[in-house]
Amino acid sequence: MPLPESINLPITSVDKLKAEVFSSLSVTEMKMIAKRLRRHIISTIGKAGSGHPGGSLSAVEIVTALYFRILRHKPQDPQWSDRDRFILSKGHAAPLLYATLAECGYFPVDELPTLRQLDSRLQGHTDRTVTPGVEMSAGALGQGLSFAIGIALAGRLNSQNYRVYVLLGDGECDEGQVWEGAMSAAHFKLDNLVAIVDNNRQQIDGWNRDVMNLDPFNKKWQAFGWHVTEVDGHDLTQLTQAFNRAKLIKKQPTVIIAHTIKGKGVSFMENNPDFHGKAPTATEVEIALKELK
Amino acid sequence: MAQEVSLREAYGKTLVELGRGNPDIVVLDADLSRSTMTRFFASEFPERFFDCGIAEQNMVGIAAGLAASGKIPFASTFAVFAPGRCFDQMRMSIAQPGLNVKLVATHGGISVGQDGTSHQSIEDLALACSLPGITVIVPADAVETAQVIRAVATSYGPFYIRLCRPKSPLVYNEGYRFNLGKAVTMRQGTSATIIAIGIMVAAALEAANNLKREGINCRVLNMPTLKPIDEAAIIKAANETGAIVTAEDHLEHGGLGSAVARVVARHKPIPMEFIAINDTYAKSGTPAELLKRHGLTAKDIEQAVRSVIKRK
Ligand SMILES: Cc1ncc(C[n+]2csc(CCOP(=O)(O)OP(=O)(O)O)c2C)c(N)n1
Repeated sequence: MPLPESINLPITSVDKLKAEVFSSLSVTEMKMIAKRLRRHIISTIGKAGSGHPGGSLSAVEIVTALYFRILRHKPQDPQWSDRDRFILSKGHAAPLLYATLAECGYFPVDELPTLRQLDSRLQGHTDRTVTPGVEMSAGALGQGLSFAIGIALAGRLNSQNYRVYVLLGDGECDEGQVWEGAMSAAHFKLDNLVAIVDNNRQQIDGWNRDVMNLDPFNKKWQAFGWHVTEVDGHDLTQLTQAFNRAKLIKKQPTVIIAHTIKGKGVSFMENNPDFHGKAPTATEVEIALKELK
Repeated sequence: MAQEVSLREAYGKTLVELGRGNPDIVVLDADLSRSTMTRFFASEFPERFFDCGIAEQNMVGIAAGLAASGKIPFASTFAVFAPGRCFDQMRMSIAQPGLNVKLVATHGGISVGQDGTSHQSIEDLALACSLPGITVIVPADAVETAQVIRAVATSYGPFYIRLCRPKSPLVYNEGYRFNLGKAVTMRQGTSATIIAIGIMVAAALEAANNLKREGINCRVLNMPTLKPIDEAAIIKAANETGAIVTAEDHLEHGGLGSAVARVVARHKPIPMEFIAINDTYAKSGTPAELLKRHGLTAKDIEQAVRSVIKRK
């Protein structure tokens, strides 16, 4: 399903983005990008007939702020060794990452509708062996923070000043490995590492507090030795400020707890656990895209 | 009896030697550096050694991240904990992306001894071999261990290397050169072939010596690279000797015996016998007592050769 071009990014911004080492779009431009990403998420999952819209939609602003304001990266040179790294630990949000990478120019936007098809580079969950720009093969929750720690340690050993960003789900934080990682990142004093938790307060079986209570979440990270900030995860200004402030924190990793709404932007998906891992029907796609005009 | 030397110590010392030559070598451990012998590296290169505490899954993930950034990580713990506790991490963080991680697990098999069931890794080879893309190596003695560690450091890709706890008799002299993916003919013979790995290579040689007195001439192959296995050497042995006995300190399922039988069934069906642990857990005891209890001695191999020859 080709995307209606109703929300076109000013051509100058796109050019700027593709040409430069890192981009710095305005908040207004980023808002337009965010809407485009949401449209891609809905259309690609709708076309595939399966996938995870809820947790993709909740993290749209987090990923937009990173790729269009914060990360130093070269879409034309995905293996550039000084690039900032973005690790998507909650690999089921792959449709969001694919849409973002395509909009940045890592691969053609035309490729997005191949999501989940046989021989597509866009696998159901992220696969670093096939998709340009994808750093980690994820999908088995709980592994991304450890992987990010290894990359951060290597950066320090090599005296490279890249920064490492890893996006976790809040439900994902039920996994013991996340806390093994949390303990070790603080122990290794990794101030080049930022974890972002997409704190949409839901997982598959319902609300976190009913499935497995994470509270006091903020205090847990603090107790593990992290610098903790909390932001509105749909506010691009708050997000970029938090990412920039994290650069000033020394000898300690930073976690940004981003308060979000699962399914954000599509009325019937918001806070609705049914849309964690269910594709919208053709009619639902139509309604959703109308809402995202 | 040949001199007995520690494989773990050979591992630890070789790591130091590699570390001196290559600044990209990094080492990880999970609070077992005194047992796995990575502490030699830790004391010489503290900035390149990462003790992850008793958190093996995190260690495997960190190793993967280091490898994805161009480092050559060697990560060590006991074989029961990796692959045992870290199967999913090995699968998704290392094997699927084909990252350059060398997982060197010590305390493989029941030769661990007195520590008992929880510490005796009898499933690790089945687990490691089940992962597409991982090369699995089981050195037979300290000389081969040093050779293997040097070879994998310069061979890109994920490796699982299994070492035993006890000091083991040397089966090689210092002139030996390990050849990745190749079986080593330890002894020529035509009556039957014994294919062995790890500590069972010494037992296989002892069995072959004893059988010679009965006029049975066994070929003995060491199969240090368990996966991908040297099919040509197995087919040749099947053609030329007509019977095979495999010997390993591991469950019969999914280890050396299964891998050899797959090749034999496909290319040259001949009688086989399997010296391995038979679908059970071992308990505490000295290594020698346990190997005897579970049928993993030279005497057991001799008996298996006699019976396999009758089926030729
Ligand atoms: C180790 C593991 N266990 C279970 C799953 C199945 N699973 C996929 S998504 C998910 C819920 C994740 O919740 P959360 O991290 O909060 O993600 P979000 O709500 O942001 O989508 C589960 C249990 C998995 N992918 N990996």
